[in-house]
Amino acid sequence: MIDNRKNMSCEEFQEQMAGLIGTGADASAHPHVQNCDLCRALLSDLETIAAAARELFPVEDPSDRVWQQIQTAIQEEEGKPSAK
Amino acid sequence: MTPSRSSVPTPEATPSQVERPSQPAVQDVPAPAAAAPLSPDADVLARAQAGDHYAFAQLYSLHKRRIYSLCLRMVGNVAEAEDLTQEAFLQLHRKIATFRGDSAFSTWLHRLAINVVLMHLRKKGLSLISLDEAMEPTPEEGPGRSFGAPDLSLAGSIDRLALERAISDLPAGYRLIFVLHDIEGYEHNEIAAMLDCSIGNSKSQLHKARLKLRDAMRTFPRREGRR
Repeated sequence: MIDNRKNMSCEEFQEQMAGLIGTGADASAHPHVQNCDLCRALLSDLETIAAAARELFPVEDPSDRVWQQIQTAIQEEEGKPSAK
Repeated sequence: MTPSRSSVPTPEATPSQVERPSQPAVQDVPAPAAAAPLSPDADVLARAQAGDHYAFAQLYSLHKRRIYSLCLRMVGNVAEAEDLTQEAFLQLHRKIATFRGDSAFSTWLHRLAINVVLMHLRKKGLSLISLDEAMEPTPEEGPGRSFGAPDLSLAGSIDRLALERAISDLPAGYRLIFVLHDIEGYEHNEIAAMLDCSIGNSKSQLHKARLKLRDAMRTFPRREGRR
């Protein structure tokens, strides 16, 4: 089984990559990665991107206009006569 | 009785800073000493569910940044993101009494906002089922050429602002999956259910999105240098 994984093509390995990154699995231990510089570099980059994305946090507030419009819409909705 | 809703306060202050009306808008919220311990958010939520406009404004203040950032990352456009934030909070206002605490309120609101964005994208004609076909890149720009070249690797470091920009530049379908999985932390089975696509499709889209981001991040310093 290990030999089969070692003999994977880059394309075959990369098809599995999305399911390996970010799951806690040690994809770097995959036999193909250990024997392929290109896939090792790719895996490292994609893991770096995924890790950086997890650390992104909300950084922006909406403009004050948004609350003003929410307020107006709520008042309009409540000013409407009941459907019943 | 539902209190008067004729005046909605501004949401700028934190919960502890919001000045209450002299006559409390909600009469049936138990006094803190007699009630089970509630987090500040839970107390605000309970009052908002009872129709307290000040509490709803506080909820907006507490959650607006996260919801707006979610919308902005999902659609990549400030005006659209603001419209969607507005719609999400309007829906929250309509539905807040139906929240029963089966999940955390922030999770519930988050999911509500995602549904608002997905509805919007569907109305715009983005097929969430056939994302692969809709977003298939052209051969010359596709991720297929992204086989790792060690001399161009990211060397384990990423500029956060560059990543934010690269995410906003992703095609809509890629961006959607990437934001939901890698930023918001949803699993592929959850994403598949939300988008009505297969788990394999979700994984495939995510992989392609990451490849696109990798390409963008590797060229970022050169792009910046030209500006």
